[in-house]
Amino acid sequence: MKTDWPLWEVFVRARGGLSHRHAGSVHAPDATIALRHARDTYTRRMEGVSLWVVRSSDIAASDPEQAGPMFEPAETKIYRHPTFYELPDAVKHM
Amino acid sequence: MYTTELQKVDPQQAPTREPQELIDAFEARVADDAFIEPKDWMPEAYRRTLIRQISQHAHSEIVGMLPEGNWITRAPSLKRKAILLAKVQDEGGHGLYLYSAAETLGASREEMIDALHSGKAKYSTIFNYPTLTWADIGAIGWLVDGAAIMNQVPLQRTSYGPYARAMVRVCKEESFHQRQGYDALLVMANGTDEQKAMVQDAIDRWWWPAIMMFGPSDDNSPNSAQSIRWRIKRETNDELRQKFIDATVPQVLLLGMKVPDADLKWNEERGHYDYGAIDWEEFYAVVRGEGPTAKERMEARRKAWDDGAWVREAADAHEARRRIKAAA
Repeated sequence: MKTDWPLWEVFVRARGGLSHRHAGSVHAPDATIALRHARDTYTRRMEGVSLWVVRSSDIAASDPEQAGPMFEPAETKIYRHPTFYELPDAVKHM
Repeated sequence: MYTTELQKVDPQQAPTREPQELIDAFEARVADDAFIEPKDWMPEAYRRTLIRQISQHAHSEIVGMLPEGNWITRAPSLKRKAILLAKVQDEGGHGLYLYSAAETLGASREEMIDALHSGKAKYSTIFNYPTLTWADIGAIGWLVDGAAIMNQVPLQRTSYGPYARAMVRVCKEESFHQRQGYDALLVMANGTDEQKAMVQDAIDRWWWPAIMMFGPSDDNSPNSAQSIRWRIKRETNDELRQKFIDATVPQVLLLGMKVPDADLKWNEERGHYDYGAIDWEEFYAVVRGEGPTAKERMEARRKAWDDGAWVREAADAHEARRRIKAAA
């Protein structure tokens, strides 16, 4: 083998009702083998009931250097949270 | 399984000048216990220290499969075979988590495997000791994996995110390794005189190598200070070693066995065990890969890799054919 097999990111659904969560990555030539490797590597102890594998090169990610402009604007918008509003004690069920 | 830092490279010699404001921001982030993630800016020396440490750690997991894999067919019962098989499979898994973590820093899997097979890369010295009897397999699980856990627990909070996350997974699985080893020895320690003698013999041979797994003492560990400042390491070699000894001595006694250290004594004032001098000459000889076992291990590893080549080639051929079919 001359070069590494492509890298796949592995997402595991721990049980019904939960979303898939990133667990790690595996190398594999195709999706079928990636799923088998993911099963052997990340679900040896009943960690999951469902697996997704996605080619790492197909993931688009935000730039960490742009994290400020990207996420900081939300910091000043505290009125988006219910605790921003102080209501009289007499108001119930809200 | 675990390795401590073995290949000494001066991490200070960065190849290019790095902007001071980036270095300062990085140092401030790690000092504040923030996690560093793959695409974040990091000093080249930090990246290289981590690639070296994580890949050595990965190699140790992979090489660790060899002495135990040897014993699967000779395990004394079906239950012990199943347990050992599961443990060896875990070690393989741990190696894979760690290789993946190192890859996020720009190392390629192929490069790392090549470095291991060519003898360029180091792995934990503990695997260069022979495993002579079934009691050795119990002692490895209990003492070697026990020392590994001591080392790995603080690594769950190491500053590099992918390494820390790999360690969380490893630590969850490692506890079974230690317990099954002790459990195997407990059975023998309650058995015949011959079995008891085997347990004591295994402890006599594995005690010191396990103690040495924590690496050189603090005053002889030049890269430790920097690794601690960067929050790669959280506790020093000697601190971890002391913790391990304090935790393990009562376990030896509970087996009805003796610790092979004439100077071992509880120190009431310190609240710790005092222990005898470590034979570092032996440690460095084993690090350099002297002795027949080191050679055997690498030969077995290369053979496994070469014997598996047809499987990898078949998988490649299958994928190539699928592509052609899909294109047609």
